[in-house]
Amino acid sequence: MNPGFTWNIITDIQWMWSLPSMVNAFRAGLAVALLAGVVGWFMVLRRQSFAGHSIAITGFPGAAVAVYLGASATLGYFGFCVGSALLIAVLARGSGTGAGERAHSSALIAVVQAFALALGAVFLDLYGGFLSSTSAFLFGDFLGTTDADVLTLVAVSLAVLVAMAVIGRRLLFASIDPAVAVARGVPVRALNILFLVLLGATVAEVSKLTGSLLVFALLVMPAATAQVLTARPGLSLLLTVVLGVFVTWFGLAWAYFGNQATGFTITSLAFACYVLAYAAKSVRRSFRLGVA
Amino acid sequence: MTVFHDSYMLTALVAGTGIALACGLVGYFLVLRAQVFTGDALSHVAFTGALAALAFGIDLRVGLFAACVLIAVLFGALGRRGRADDVVIGNVFAWVLGLGVFFMTLYTTNQSGSSNSSGNQTVNVLFGSILGISSGEAAVALGIGLGVSLVLLLIARPLLFATLDEAVAAARGVPVRLLGYAFLVLIGVTAGEASQAVGSMLLLGLLAAPAGTALLLTDRPFVGLALSAGLGVFDVWVGLTLSYFVPNTPTSFWIMAVAATTYAVAMAYSRIFQRRARVTAAVS
Repeated sequence: MNPGFTWNIITDIQWMWSLPSMVNAFRAGLAVALLAGVVGWFMVLRRQSFAGHSIAITGFPGAAVAVYLGASATLGYFGFCVGSALLIAVLARGSGTGAGERAHSSALIAVVQAFALALGAVFLDLYGGFLSSTSAFLFGDFLGTTDADVLTLVAVSLAVLVAMAVIGRRLLFASIDPAVAVARGVPVRALNILFLVLLGATVAEVSKLTGSLLVFALLVMPAATAQVLTARPGLSLLLTVVLGVFVTWFGLAWAYFGNQATGFTITSLAFACYVLAYAAKSVRRSFRLGVA
Repeated sequence: MTVFHDSYMLTALVAGTGIALACGLVGYFLVLRAQVFTGDALSHVAFTGALAALAFGIDLRVGLFAACVLIAVLFGALGRRGRADDVVIGNVFAWVLGLGVFFMTLYTTNQSGSSNSSGNQTVNVLFGSILGISSGEAAVALGIGLGVSLVLLLIARPLLFATLDEAVAAARGVPVRLLGYAFLVLIGVTAGEASQAVGSMLLLGLLAAPAGTALLLTDRPFVGLALSAGLGVFDVWVGLTLSYFVPNTPTSFWIMAVAATTYAVAMAYSRIFQRRARVTAAVS
């Protein structure tokens, strides 16, 4: 059924999109790139990548527990991701930005992640036989996206994006200069908790498609690339989303024609963009130094 | 004690003690430097390294150690002054995971086996099985654990100085950058050894929980360092004993449960104690 890649792009796309699951994967890719891009941009800016990664990892035992108890995996993803996000946000000291606070919160995040995984180990063990879906929980099943998946994805994306739009300006202020933000009456701690919960919801939704391990790539890579390229918030956000859509779509096409796992193709493209951006910045900087 | 009549318990205890010691010491500095993410990332890098070695048909250990140490040094090189940056770790590590998936497909197509077996492999690397290791492997784990601990204790003083006040340490002639790299290599070795013996999950738990607990309980660095190592060994011993008396549950769960409980108790203690201290200070 896979005719292989020809250089006739139009026929290639027609071939690819003749499969409904492939069309769904592209639709989902768009929504995921938008959602993960916006939330990930703030995550990278706030230096909360470790929290994001750990919350993503807790989704895996969540799915294992839910499936063991006979509930849907979605419930497990949401319960564990949002739950661990709340736990990390509430137990962390202060806003988690000072040196001492960072040390404590990094230990806290790691303990939450490791303990969630330990719970996952118990349920995997209890269940015994469902190891076949472990791979899907960890690495996702992008190409198996159904119509219903796309609908819930769009609904969750809309809810999270609206919330982000409402708190966006204040969150940006609190992220860039927490001390001044506190002085100006911005509820920094409440914003931190709310943001982590939104991050949890995002990660839970995206994990269903990309798996617990690779959701992190879509959160961190496009955002990091954009922030290397420009310091202007609006432009940088836009660039994040565009890059996200670009790597997801091309990654999907590459996975389809090259018979590779989507996890590999998408992360490789995103990483290549990051390296290029980094290199471009260094070259530009050395030129400027050379002139001056 | 009947626990020690079974030789597999003894080997698990030997290996666990060595790894817990190294993790407790390395972890304390990791937490102090807010670098736990590095340890976590390396534990997943170990997974890619192992799969790459499998795909190319080399010994699994070689791939594991090579990947961990190389990526650790790479993190240092990309960050500033031998300290890895959050975002750099995130990017490199996300891609390394992607590569892991690639090697996994490569391995399964080469083996023409079902994807299920590679799923099992993944689960093994993730959760490990401390009870399944041979006495030879246990001796190696103990040896590496003691070696890492020894090197760390040798560089502990300057490393602590460099950690707490980097600028002043550099001005006083402490080789801050070199120490950063040496420490990253130590993390790499620990991650490589621990992730194959006890799994990446337990590695992360043993790096973070005892150290986090020690940091909550005391501000004095060398007391904290000793406490962290001691707590790590305590967690492993109690966890192993519990798993012996409650059969058919994964050992790593019990070790992690003990570690997390200790951490939670320490957190509650420090909250109550500090609030009381603040109140007394306000009153007097």
